Amino acid sequence: MSATGIGAPVRRKEDQRFVTGQGRYVDDFNRPGQAYAYFLRSPHAHAAIRSIDVSQAKAMPGVLAVFTGDDLAADRIGGLICGWMIHSKDGTPMKAGPHPALAQGKVRYVGDHVAVVIAETLAQAKDAAEAIAVDYDVLPAVVDTAQATKASVQVHDVSPDNTVFNWHLGNKDETDAAFARAKHVTKIDLINNRLVPNPIEPRAALGEYDPGTDNYTLYTTSQNPHVARLVLSAFIGVAPEHKLRVIAPDVGGGFGSKIFIYAEETVCVWAAKKVKRPVKWTSDRSEAFLSDAHGRDHVTHAEMATDENGKIIGLKVHTIANLGAYLSTFSSSVPTYLYAPLLSGQYDIPAIYCEVDGVYTNTAPVDAYRGAGRPEATFVIERLVEKTARELGQDPAEFRRKNYITQFPHATPVIMTYDTGDYAASLDKALELADYRNFQARKQDSARRGKLRGIGFSSYIEACGIAPSQAVGSLGAGVGLWESAEVRVNPTGSVEVLTGSHSHGQGHETTFAQLVSDRLGIPIDQVSIVHGDTDKVQFGMGTYGSRSGAVGMSAIAKALDKVIAKGKKVAAHVLEASEGDVEFKDGRFGIAGTDRSLAFGEVALQAYIAHKFSGQELEPGLKEGAFYDPTNFTFPAGVHICEVEIDPETGVAKIERWTAVDDFGVIINPMIVEGQVHGGIAQGVGQALLEGAVYDQNGQLVTASFNDYCMPRAIDLPSFQVGMTVTPCPSNPLGIKGCGEAGAIAAPPAVINAITDALGHEDIAMPATPQAIWRAAQKARMPMAAE
Amino acid sequence: MTTVSLTVNGQSVTADVDPRTLLVQFLRDNLRLTGTHVGCDTSQCGACVVHLNGQAVKSCTVLAVQADAGTVTTIEGLSQGGDLHPMQAAFREHHGLQCGYCTPGMIMSAVDIVNRKGHSLDEETIRAELEGNLCRCTGYHNIVKAVAAGAQAMGQTPLPQAAE
Amino acid sequence: MYAFEYHRPASVKQAADLASQFEDSKFLAGGHTLLPTMKLRLAAPANLVDLGQIAELRGIERSGSTVTIGAMMKHAEVANSGDIRSSIPALAEMAELIGDPHVRNRGTIGGSIANNDPSADYPAACLALNATIVTDRRKIAADDFFQGIFSTALDEGELITRVAFQTPKQAAYAKFRNPASRYALVGVFVARHADGVRVAVTGAGSNGVFRVPEMEAALNLSFTPEALDGISVSTDAMNSDIHADAAYRAHLVGVMARRAVQAAASRS
Repeated sequence: MSATGIGAPVRRKEDQRFVTGQGRYVDDFNRPGQAYAYFLRSPHAHAAIRSIDVSQAKAMPGVLAVFTGDDLAADRIGGLICGWMIHSKDGTPMKAGPHPALAQGKVRYVGDHVAVVIAETLAQAKDAAEAIAVDYDVLPAVVDTAQATKASVQVHDVSPDNTVFNWHLGNKDETDAAFARAKHVTKIDLINNRLVPNPIEPRAALGEYDPGTDNYTLYTTSQNPHVARLVLSAFIGVAPEHKLRVIAPDVGGGFGSKIFIYAEETVCVWAAKKVKRPVKWTSDRSEAFLSDAHGRDHVTHAEMATDENGKIIGLKVHTIANLGAYLSTFSSSVPTYLYAPLLSGQYDIPAIYCEVDGVYTNTAPVDAYRGAGRPEATFVIERLVEKTARELGQDPAEFRRKNYITQFPHATPVIMTYDTGDYAASLDKALELADYRNFQARKQDSARRGKLRGIGFSSYIEACGIAPSQAVGSLGAGVGLWESAEVRVNPTGSVEVLTGSHSHGQGHETTFAQLVSDRLGIPIDQVSIVHGDTDKVQFGMGTYGSRSGAVGMSAIAKALDKVIAKGKKVAAHVLEASEGDVEFKDGRFGIAGTDRSLAFGEVALQAYIAHKFSGQELEPGLKEGAFYDPTNFTFPAGVHICEVEIDPETGVAKIERWTAVDDFGVIINPMIVEGQVHGGIAQGVGQALLEGAVYDQNGQLVTASFNDYCMPRAIDLPSFQVGMTVTPCPSNPLGIKGCGEAGAIAAPPAVINAITDALGHEDIAMPATPQAIWRAAQKARMPMAAE
Repeated sequence: MTTVSLTVNGQSVTADVDPRTLLVQFLRDNLRLTGTHVGCDTSQCGACVVHLNGQAVKSCTVLAVQADAGTVTTIEGLSQGGDLHPMQAAFREHHGLQCGYCTPGMIMSAVDIVNRKGHSLDEETIRAELEGNLCRCTGYHNIVKAVAAGAQAMGQTPLPQAAE
Repeated sequence: MYAFEYHRPASVKQAADLASQFEDSKFLAGGHTLLPTMKLRLAAPANLVDLGQIAELRGIERSGSTVTIGAMMKHAEVANSGDIRSSIPALAEMAELIGDPHVRNRGTIGGSIANNDPSADYPAACLALNATIVTDRRKIAADDFFQGIFSTALDEGELITRVAFQTPKQAAYAKFRNPASRYALVGVFVARHADGVRVAVTGAGSNGVFRVPEMEAALNLSFTPEALDGISVSTDAMNSDIHADAAYRAHLVGVMARRAVQAAASRS
């Protein structure tokens, strides 16, 4: 391993600009003549709009224009789309209601877009927005996930009972049969709490139109600028694809919430042409709370069947998934194909049946948030496994071990074929790092101090590297999920890699360069990674679902192979040898068995000056592209162990230890991988202990700022002990599985399993706030009184 | 409009501003010092932390006119010459950042912690003192390590006279 | 934020004159409540009178059994004051628990008290330390000053200039933070004075900061945590929100009170 190659903890190339304040985020861009957009948002969760009077607003100082949904419709601007078609059990397609960028006739959640003001200054735009007179006919709202289908309120005409789909996966008859012969059945009711993603950079969009060339430019906080361009052009119709340049510069975190194509960027591009000025919108945090796509929000009943030997023989799951007021870009895939296929966990479960009811409510749209479906699945299976072990009186670690899948490949009853893994190895290492054998002594020590100590396991699996395009296409995806790369070798031997992946914290400028340095044997500072600009980079699918290593880098590896192959042809001419005798090793093209060789840079120069070969023999230049379509999902897996100490007097749970042992396959940069694990755990701990989006019965978001929505702070978290095991992924050329979401997937059940262990009963929901734990601890103390 | 004069990163600046201009807006919009970020509107996230008269403040909750006659140091003014400030170097070395958005505020807060609490900082102190800075990427693990290392390094490196 | 006229008086007199001259005016102290409220367009004073340059509103003085703090002293200055650390350490510790370091570098004692946020810390200290709030017009006993949430005895345009605290024999503040906002979900300030114990509770009450006479009576007999056993505050008077309902708040009042007594009693 070289100091900058695969496996080295290379310090990040991008950090120089970030630590000196030279990063360039969307709001840092300003264009000449720029005007500001401010969106008037619905104060009501559900209302018919009788009329909108913008005349007074239009006359306000500095106002350039005020637009409503009628203006968009007049320009034939289409609605926002959901790109994954889900079919219900009965074969009918999901019921997708219209999703106009600016409301037409009705608003469906607090924060829904009613009108936009474009003005010289943001303050003027806000002043004018207050002068827009909207006559609302306020309607009752449906908010509660579990009650959505029973409500008399109808969010969309297309769905009379607010059901988007009744979907299922697995085999019902086999599962029923397994339960019929079960020795023991464990039941659980779970709520997977709604979360607000809250990347620290709020969303932003800056649209620009050049009447001379008829070209549009959009600077936007996107994880996938090409997908944004495709949707804005082909589906929404704001500009032709080849006339629209989408730039996603430095982006301050995404966690899924910046995958989607929202109303604001749509309107900014369109309005830039209407007012003949660049139009900028920057979300403030209050707007972000209301209008960024939220995550999770499931209500689930699940049952696990075990036989007389303590082997799991069946799993039944029924989930109601709240999709909010509109179907966001990928929302329908999250509680279906990103959820149920993971319900087998790391366990050999012969029969699984899962039903999911997707429902509309008068709340913000719900879509992918770090983990996207997989945390929800892991919460179900890991809570059930823990509870089953307790009911059977078995050690939760050993109960898991007994049920682990040990033979690969392993086909689960829910689509997936796990390719490789060694779950017991991760468990063993985690038990060791967590000092599990001395836990009881620590628990007794806590008890002496009047504290309750608990330990909780999470033996998670996820499916990353999404995904084989043909497979996802058959499941309803509207796009392919390959990735692209182009490797441009310059005459001086330096290299630019144009990648369809997008980095918004993941460190691609470093890890991708490590791969290039490793493969081509050139210094890492000779490599530039170019991403986030549709004018520079070929079409690519972007970054989400922990796919940029497994899919994005595989595309780069494929292109690098082509570069080396072409380099061999060039070297053969220069060295006057046959191509078959040229080998590439340690950055040099050489003739086997001789000392004749050329450095990579020399071959690059020869490729461009083209003096040693004719045009009939070989094309000049050294630039290769590749598209990589994965052949399977990847299956990162691991074991997280959380140890908490609860103060029963106040209900405060302090995480005393966190052990994570993950198998991500081959690791490019362990420093960056561990950082991804840390961040994921923090978000998972946030879900388990601190975070929860709460709407009141009228559909007002109660947790609409950091004053009420509790973000994890440094003081809320411990340092994490992170270990790795490695089984290389067999399905991609680099052996990478992906690491971006593991922590967020693994953490919530680990925390709740630890708390329930400490309490001695299962009755606590997320977020387990001090109040909730205090109340649960009262119940633990007085089991009789509570009856 | 009200006139404000202040020293920003060692440079004297005078401008006429609408009194409602926040210090962060003045820095970003008037001076184009876009390293100072805005991450919330309730004075909590700390992405906007700068030093005003030697103290860490949230520049989203200070009017530019309140900073009149004051001295401001932003992330752009932290290092002298081409070298990184030891705290900046520590964040890079210990992977104390991912997306980079909270980073300027984090680093300005970290330097302030060292100024107040010294060069030998334990984990608990660092975590408690980071109360006013939110990071969504790192889980704080490496930020804590970076602050501890940066604090040590600040004690070892003779610092040039800071801009403030 | 809506537009406003900005004024920067150099004296208390000038500040008071400006406040009386402009009907729709507000004093700007540290600004850490007012400015966020204005940013969200929830407050819209036409005139803002910045107290930041008034020297007579600053300073900390010890005199006999009293510590007097200028209204524009920042939380960090109170937390770090040697005079306060040595005379009323509980007050310095309380100041160090307000907000976060950046907030403490801007927020002021006068601003906090004048605002009387039901979850602010200073009102509890004022009640427990039998403070006198000094204004440009008069002196007001803390017991008379706080009049329900966001409501005080201050008249229109009246300006707090100083706050005088009675030095206790022993005192401590125990705070249970709101996990999200870090304001006091429940904060209990216990102070044992020569003339008796005072127990003041912030964060919990639906009508703002309050004293607990029953606890004070018990602690006058025995200044021990055990003395509070069996004493509870009524849930009827408790605030309730998503973070803590009335029962939990009432429970925490007891827990925090015992912890404050424990800490206070352990001081020499």
